[in-house]
Amino acid sequence: MKYILMMNAMTAGSLYGGASGWQKKDILAHIAFMKSLTQSLVESGELVSTEGLALPDQARIVRAGKDGAPIKDGVFPESKEFLAGFWIVDVDSLERAFQIAARASAAPGPGGVPLNMPIEVRQVMSGPPEELL
Amino acid sequence: MRAVLHVLYLIFNEGYVASSGPHLQRPELSSEAIRLTRALHKLLPDDGEAAGLLALMLLTDARRAARTGPEEELIPLAKQDRSLWDQEEISEGTALITETLSKGSVGAYQLQAAIAAVHAESSRAEDTDWPQILALYGLLKQMSDNPMVMLNHAIATAMVHGPSAGLDLLRTLDEDGRLTGHHRLDAVRAHLLEMAGDRESAIAHYRIAAGRTTSLPERNYLITQAARLSESAPNPGVDERAR
Repeated sequence: MKYILMMNAMTAGSLYGGASGWQKKDILAHIAFMKSLTQSLVESGELVSTEGLALPDQARIVRAGKDGAPIKDGVFPESKEFLAGFWIVDVDSLERAFQIAARASAAPGPGGVPLNMPIEVRQVMSGPPEELL
Repeated sequence: MRAVLHVLYLIFNEGYVASSGPHLQRPELSSEAIRLTRALHKLLPDDGEAAGLLALMLLTDARRAARTGPEEELIPLAKQDRSLWDQEEISEGTALITETLSKGSVGAYQLQAAIAAVHAESSRAEDTDWPQILALYGLLKQMSDNPMVMLNHAIATAMVHGPSAGLDLLRTLDEDGRLTGHHRLDAVRAHLLEMAGDRESAIAHYRIAAGRTTSLPERNYLITQAARLSESAPNPGVDERAR
């Protein structure tokens, strides 16, 4: 079963929000943690893909206008949380997806204290269709 | 011919500094670009720019092993362990560019190769012959209207004449506009501001650059630079938290 694990970071004070207040060693520890998490998912064969996203001040919301041309909205500095990155994993159970999400959530922050970031877990609709009667 | 060389250069560059994705380098692209350029140089041994491009690629690729640390983190030229540089590639590239320049032709790739050769000849970053590099960038600037060349010229100027001279040149780049919003301009400005001792502005510009790059390793590098500078702050509040 495939799940997407969406990591939400705080705009203020998070590494992904610009890392103010982080010591250099905290940043390096955080990066090393994320790399080792990805590596262990590669080794267990559970990683489908993972990406980090650009900072939210670059984000735009797009809607089609009447003529179909893009209408862009943004920037949204007032939002407190934003999607910082995601993993798509292929695991045997939902419980296992929760375990991985919990591990990612506990990534170290300033002073090595776990950040306990919210990770939204959603199933990816990639199951085979049942035979319809 | 110009277009062919440019495409080879772009392939090499994408391998050397991948424009997206979690990895800083895509060595297979660089190797393929070198292979093709080598073949081209063999076919056209008298083409100065083909020889110059091959020399530039070899001299740049020689730094590959020193460009990233154990966690794939970016290590800038000044901080690289130069004993990791590939001496075979350096010898071949240096010999090639020396021979090509002695024939009297000058082109943009040959000048860039000559600059890379000057970097390669110093075993320590602090021994770099910046006046020579500045002179070469001066020639390159006359030859091409490329804002990235102007940016590198500003760095060389700062290394020779001090950071405020470099920052003055960055202001002309602001007016030029083509690099507006490009993370490299912010990153270089941060670096020169740091050299000038303007810590607060340097931190701010490292963060702006971090927000604009699309390379994850580069973003990690830039936020780490900002943090390193913040820590050097003569600020008791920060020291308190560190304990």
